[in-house]
Amino acid sequence: MSADLDVLVLAGGLSAEREVSLASGRRVVAALHEAGVHAVAVDAGSDLVAVLDDRRPDVVWPVLHGAGGEDGSLLQVLELLGLPVVGSSATAARLAWDKTSAAAVVARTGVNVPASITLSHSVLRDLGADAVLPLVVRTLPGPVVVKPVHGGSSLGVTVVTDQDQLPRAMMAALGHDEACRVERLVVGVEVAVGVVDDGAGPRALPPVEIAPDSGSYDYESRYTAGATEFHCPARLPGGVLDRLMAESVGVHRELGLASLSRSDWIVTPDGTPWFLEVNTSPGLTGTSLLPQAAVAGGEALAALYRHLAHAALDRTRSTAAAMFHVEPSSA
Amino acid sequence: MPGTRLDRWHGSYSRRAVGMTASEIRALFAVASRPEVVSLAGGMPTLDALPLGEVAEIVRRCAAEQADTALQYGSGQGDSLAREQIVDVMTTVGVTCDPDDVVVTTGSQHALDLLVRILVDPGDVVLVESPSYVGALGVLRSYEADVRHVETGPHGAEPAAVAAAVALARSQGKVVKALYVVPHHQNPSGATTTAARRGELLEQCRRDGVLVIEDDPYALLGFDAEPVAAITSLDPDGVVYLGSFSKTFAPGLRVGWAVAPPAIRAKLVLAAEVSVLCPSMFSQRVVATYLAGSDWRAHVKVLRGTYRERRDALLDALGQQMPEARFTRPDGGFFTWVRLPEGIDAAAMLPRAIAARVAYVPGTAFYSDGRGGDHVRLSFCFPTPERLVEGVRRLTAVVTAEQDLRATFGDTLGPDRPRGHPADADRPATDTA
Repeated sequence: MSADLDVLVLAGGLSAEREVSLASGRRVVAALHEAGVHAVAVDAGSDLVAVLDDRRPDVVWPVLHGAGGEDGSLLQVLELLGLPVVGSSATAARLAWDKTSAAAVVARTGVNVPASITLSHSVLRDLGADAVLPLVVRTLPGPVVVKPVHGGSSLGVTVVTDQDQLPRAMMAALGHDEACRVERLVVGVEVAVGVVDDGAGPRALPPVEIAPDSGSYDYESRYTAGATEFHCPARLPGGVLDRLMAESVGVHRELGLASLSRSDWIVTPDGTPWFLEVNTSPGLTGTSLLPQAAVAGGEALAALYRHLAHAALDRTRSTAAAMFHVEPSSA
Repeated sequence: MPGTRLDRWHGSYSRRAVGMTASEIRALFAVASRPEVVSLAGGMPTLDALPLGEVAEIVRRCAAEQADTALQYGSGQGDSLAREQIVDVMTTVGVTCDPDDVVVTTGSQHALDLLVRILVDPGDVVLVESPSYVGALGVLRSYEADVRHVETGPHGAEPAAVAAAVALARSQGKVVKALYVVPHHQNPSGATTTAARRGELLEQCRRDGVLVIEDDPYALLGFDAEPVAAITSLDPDGVVYLGSFSKTFAPGLRVGWAVAPPAIRAKLVLAAEVSVLCPSMFSQRVVATYLAGSDWRAHVKVLRGTYRERRDALLDALGQQMPEARFTRPDGGFFTWVRLPEGIDAAAMLPRAIAARVAYVPGTAFYSDGRGGDHVRLSFCFPTPERLVEGVRRLTAVVTAEQDLRATFGDTLGPDRPRGHPADADRPATDTA
């Protein structure tokens, strides 16, 4: 095994996706080994800073899901430690983690984003839910999806078709977050598009169509083998696929993401893609969407992951070099 | 063009496997085992008091001196040395039996599985307490039993409720196969069925021609009193008794047993042979050697003291920090059953509890009909008293935040709706059962 690069893969964590993250970590390590890269998986425990300081790997690859792993806070610590990271910067990850802010940025580029309302628990408490809720119903009278503004998995997400259930759905979302997002329900084909950037700029992988037996791609459908049928590429006209890929790259660029991302879309029967959210730490297990798409697109995962790790190192070096140039002139 | 399901055997699963799906709640239990989380969910016994040097020597001797039997296949009914020791243990609950009456199994959970396998056809009714042991509900569901909860008070299941449930089931053309009870320090309620109630329940079941399944893993873990005589001591022909060394010795060995009427016992042995050929001979020899040569009663006494101290720590903290909650005061065992303040949904709150680094088992796990959402089971067996107090502090903060949220929405919420049937997947794994 060549020792040209030492990659530390961070997996585990304390979210409901802990087991998923551990599985992702094992897959990434195996693929890097296959590519001849030295890699080891480390469970992200409370001794993480000491472990990283002690090992000083060339590159850290966090495959953590949920708060902490995806909200930018752990990435901030990695940046403080000066470690090159496969993944987005803390600032970009924080922006993507906030669904409302991310949707607003994405909407500015002309991408379709469902109409939504974001309300905090504190405003509902201060003004009274009974006063505010009628305004929500008046603005979004049809079926809606209620979700926490921040949150990486389907926790706290409810589809509301009966307005009487709106308060309960909002309460469920606010149990996970200080703010909730009430979004117009878009019905159509569910599609996920992976974007990777291994140094030559972001490029989209073939869109994956998700067809869960239950009709809802919830935790059970996601992680029970066989409960969902996947089609890659999605069974959509070529023009729609091209648009999805172009818009996913646009989302990746506009939010300032790096290395890899996966954006989730609904394509309505008229062929219009609607952006739902983007994930900066997509699952990388044997059954996850991004690796499926990469393989379907003819990529070898081992080579792709090796390039992502090298690109992360190069990116950090060029950033450091840029900073080095700036400092003398500003002194 | 067909897509991929990532499981080429998707169409091959049996009807019984339908409920075997991934679930958020189950995934959260995986997090509960991390050291950062105070787990009030687990039913793991403490191993702190075990004489580990002595156990190591027993294991060495079993390998070095008894290899030709301990490392070999054995009888489907279990090793005779182990059965002789179990006969001695049975005297502690007032039962006189013969080694021939005993079937050794891979933990008492396996005994329950075998028993339900030989008794229950799909749709047959099995009566259980309210609430009932989550692991038993899982076994009953896997054999497609029609599980019916009977009203249960602090002294045990109500005989009149048993009679009514039997009458109702029969009027519906159903066959009632058994009443399943955990009579000592019940899981999850902590309640002990009184001696008088045991007699009444047995009499009712005798009248109705219903077998009693007496699951008794916590019998020796009473804090203040000796065990109540087992129901089977009153009528060995009307009861199957299930015992376990998981709470009093070591769950990792997986040794439990059944004491059953002769005809049932014979079928249990045949079922065991089909299932596992024989239980682990090595584990049985370790247990038998330990019981024969060690002062195991002294060890159990130490355990009682440890668990009493932990119960006190948990209950004191609950009383001080969560005065609105109502909880049982168990006189033994591992668990207290807590009714949360008005309107809180224990299953919905679990992800938030895990985020606050505390875990419990939502009450819905202990019902087969969707009830229990306003309760949680808290265990005090594994964390130290200091950790238990910290766990209650964290749980109180989660409950307070939940109350604040409910207050915000107030009357807009409308009436509470009962949850649907919990999936198998929502039940905790073995280490939390």
